Amino acid sequence: MIYPLIAVLLFVGLYGLLVKRHVVQKILGLAIVEYAVNLLLVAIGYRDGGRPPILTPGEDPAAFAAGSVDPLPQALVLTSIVIGLGVVMLLVAIAMRLHQRFGTLDTTRMNRLHG
Amino acid sequence: MDVVLIALLVLLVVGSLIALELRNLLSAVIAVGVVGLGLSIVFLLLGAPDIAITQVVVEVIVVTVLIRLTGRTGRTVDAAPDRRDAVAVWLGGGVLLMLLGLMIHVLSALPRFGSGASLPAGHYLENAPAQTGASNVVTAILLDYRAYDTLGEATVILTAIVGALVVLRHTGRDVRRAPPVPRGGPPGGADDPKPAERELPPQHSAARSRDQEVQHV
Repeated sequence: MIYPLIAVLLFVGLYGLLVKRHVVQKILGLAIVEYAVNLLLVAIGYRDGGRPPILTPGEDPAAFAAGSVDPLPQALVLTSIVIGLGVVMLLVAIAMRLHQRFGTLDTTRMNRLHG
Repeated sequence: MDVVLIALLVLLVVGSLIALELRNLLSAVIAVGVVGLGLSIVFLLLGAPDIAITQVVVEVIVVTVLIRLTGRTGRTVDAAPDRRDAVAVWLGGGVLLMLLGLMIHVLSALPRFGSGASLPAGHYLENAPAQTGASNVVTAILLDYRAYDTLGEATVILTAIVGALVVLRHTGRDVRRAPPVPRGGPPGGADDPKPAERELPPQHSAARSRDQEVQHV
């Protein structure tokens, strides 16, 4: 039930990327796809009744290793989130330049030929 | 726990659909902000407090920047019907159906939700506190075991910043709204380049290519 819902979230984002005409809506769709992928990776590393991979003082290391959730996808998703921020910033810069050039952010009106 | 998780995921899906269907872009951006903050709660429930904190910070920055973008470029989506909309819906629907088939295949191959950690995770969880001295295993992986990945992340961020600066720079750019300036500066100006100087580079390159031909022969 968890994985299919994340897949639906991914498809909602892809729908925005593929069908919507406005550049801002496309950026939002890309952000939603990023959310879904990050969430899927973290959800795969989850363990029933799992606790965060942070060792508390005085805790038995063996019990900690047996009961904690997977730290590896968390570390990589942390990197992915920050890179997603960089991608969105670059897209916003390009969108501002597009608006300056065409006077609109509607992609169907950007293909006019200018003498 | 599972019920809360599923309810939050449904909220994420509904919020994303609302964000994409709204005509007012400011409301759409705020709806995506709601989705991102809900996502950070989901990360918290999945035992990932580090990611939850990062997600909140990143979400706030993204929403702020997107609100600035919509404030500068207009807040409403043009609802005028376009023939290409139908084509986009059909093509997009076809692509999504194809991906749906793939996705069902992939999801059925995944281990059951909550079934446990991977093999390398066991190694990290057992050895990270003793080997690195860090009680948080995620930071131990980020800064000790996979420090080069983090260095690469910093490189990507630097590249994105440089790219945004290059795209947004003002000097040396032919801006469409500006009055057309003839090449070589204003006519009759003191800094009008001499014709001989302007002719020089082509001649030079031609001579160089001739030299290269001679060398090849």
